[in-house]
Amino acid sequence: MSILVNNDTKLIVQGLTGSAGTFHAGQCMNYGTNIVAGVTPGRGGETWNNPDGEGSCTVYNTVREAKEATGANASVIFVPPPFAADAILEAVDAELDLAVVITEGIPVMDMLKVRRVLDSGAKTRVIGPNCPGVITPKDESGKGCKIGIMPGHIHLKGNIGVVSKSGTLTYEAVGQLTALGIGQSTAVGIGGDPINGTSFIDVLELFQTDDDTHGVILIGEIGGNAEEQAAAWIKENFTKPVAGFIAGVTAPPGKRMGHAGAIISGGSGTAAAKIEALEAAGVKVAPTPSDMGTTMKSLLG
Amino acid sequence: MNIHEYQAKEIFRRYGIPTPKGVAAMNVDDAVKGAESLIAETGNEVVVVKAQIHAGGRGKAGGVKVVKGVDAAREAANDIFGKVLVTHQTGPEGKKVQRLYVEQGLAIQNELYLALTVDREKRAIAIMASSEGGVDIEEVAEAHPEKIHKVWVDIATGLMPYQARQLAFGLGLSKQAQRGFGKLLGNLTRLFIAEDCSIAEINPLVVTEDQSVIALDAKVNFDGNGSFRHKEWAELRDLSEEAETEIEASNAGLSFIQLDGNIGCLVNGAGLAMSTMDTIQHFGGQPANFLDVGGGATKEAVTTAFRIILQSESVKGIFVNIFGGIMKCDIIAEGVIAATKELGLKVPLVVRLAGTNVELGKKLLAESDLNITPADTMAEGAKKIVELAGAA
Repeated sequence: MSILVNNDTKLIVQGLTGSAGTFHAGQCMNYGTNIVAGVTPGRGGETWNNPDGEGSCTVYNTVREAKEATGANASVIFVPPPFAADAILEAVDAELDLAVVITEGIPVMDMLKVRRVLDSGAKTRVIGPNCPGVITPKDESGKGCKIGIMPGHIHLKGNIGVVSKSGTLTYEAVGQLTALGIGQSTAVGIGGDPINGTSFIDVLELFQTDDDTHGVILIGEIGGNAEEQAAAWIKENFTKPVAGFIAGVTAPPGKRMGHAGAIISGGSGTAAAKIEALEAAGVKVAPTPSDMGTTMKSLLG
Repeated sequence: MNIHEYQAKEIFRRYGIPTPKGVAAMNVDDAVKGAESLIAETGNEVVVVKAQIHAGGRGKAGGVKVVKGVDAAREAANDIFGKVLVTHQTGPEGKKVQRLYVEQGLAIQNELYLALTVDREKRAIAIMASSEGGVDIEEVAEAHPEKIHKVWVDIATGLMPYQARQLAFGLGLSKQAQRGFGKLLGNLTRLFIAEDCSIAEINPLVVTEDQSVIALDAKVNFDGNGSFRHKEWAELRDLSEEAETEIEASNAGLSFIQLDGNIGCLVNGAGLAMSTMDTIQHFGGQPANFLDVGGGATKEAVTTAFRIILQSESVKGIFVNIFGGIMKCDIIAEGVIAATKELGLKVPLVVRLAGTNVELGKKLLAESDLNITPADTMAEGAKKIVELAGAA
């Protein structure tokens, strides 16, 4: 098993005909992801061909149309920021199970509106925005599901879950695990924006009930209190070993460190407070990001 | 993105939020003329001369003076203009005053605090109001948390009248002031949403002796992600308030922040960039900057990144740490080689590459005959650059 995505996932790409959409859809297809349709308003009826390998699919004008024609249950969104909130809500309206939002730079006001809809009983789980996506690595038969922009080749099928606010730190953790011969069940990037679709706790809940996940690496960063909330939840509910890392020990207060959400303000959101909370919950926090893999390994016995 | 008080107040007026009459000035003479016209218009000799810098705490640092008459206004303007103000928000180097704002004096009865911000936890817009205005609100929050009243605005409904009433009763306002406050708060919430603000703060919000509610100060920060629908922001930006290197970086699509250390960092991804700084410190060094080249950096962007890092004379070594996902390691290697040749690098350089096309990237570096120290992991690279920079 795995969480969120697997070999049965049928994927729509919103923004397929744009340059980022085309490139990454090709990479996902090459990894083995079952891409069944694209959506670009006004381009319905066209055929999209993988620019970098085998495979093609039909482009539709709307998500509903694409879903009805193909039975798709998930979408990945490469739509530019001005139109991204609209694209997310279109996926929600079509009642897909999952929408993975890669787009970086969506205004907070737009995400507040999206969040409001999600909190009103929406069926769709939204991952991101501003995230690398979700991957369930390939098994021996070569079947896997990569939804996003992560480099597929660094992954290895196995039993460790990864959940992270940071894209490249996710790759770092996965790369280290693979180098140690430890595979991953599913790796999930939740993104570093202040308002997002899926929290650490949402993903941990899924990992808790996934029999094929035996341990988790959790990667956080300064800003907000999602890590502290995750720590409290882990302490009460999570029974599997967790290795952690928090980026931004040296970040000065008041300076936004790249991600819109990565800012220490009013004394809250510091790395020290997050590390303390995680350690108090029994999470083993890696001293440097190069030790994430070995820290996880040490917990597996 | 930050703007000045006088610019924020122009936006306030557009949304019907009462502010004192005022005149912005780029020099002392214009400030004096502004004082003259305000006194003539209002018949009140009292004016306030205020430094316009992108930082709070101006009053305590001597950047705000209440004076009587034109001569005193001239004296105050002369005193404040060109002065370097050091406040708790400017850092020790302070900020030089290059713009002034002259305002009419008001007969104030009491000072309140009002602020709107996005609450990540509640996924809503938080409004905070306090009867203790004009002082540092964090001190109030610490000493008298009961004096801070909060409501959360649902983006679907906007501010509801009961929420404004709740705050107005909490603040103990008179009946007349309640009306003014409710109207102001509704307008400020509309402004906050429509103008894509990340912070809107009025400290102090004053109740005058005739029970009018007026924004005596105005601080507005915008959510930079909203810039595509606010072309007017380009004109509000005051480049002299931003570090030159940070402007150059943002023009090249890089995210750069100057820090105090001596090891320059060039990294892809914000989380990796932060943790690269952390790892350098873990091994006894100090990072000179935060630099995220982003997901799709070109050879040119990498060269610009090197140039920006090397503008600081304190840089004694550079650590390039790339985990290629979208970004291919060979592209980065080409950029590093081009930059090294173009800029004649004189400090040690450690390069760690991982991910997509890593072998190709490493091969390019090895064949370049340049003095580049390779590393396989982030920790190894950080350790090496700390050693090399210490010896340089």
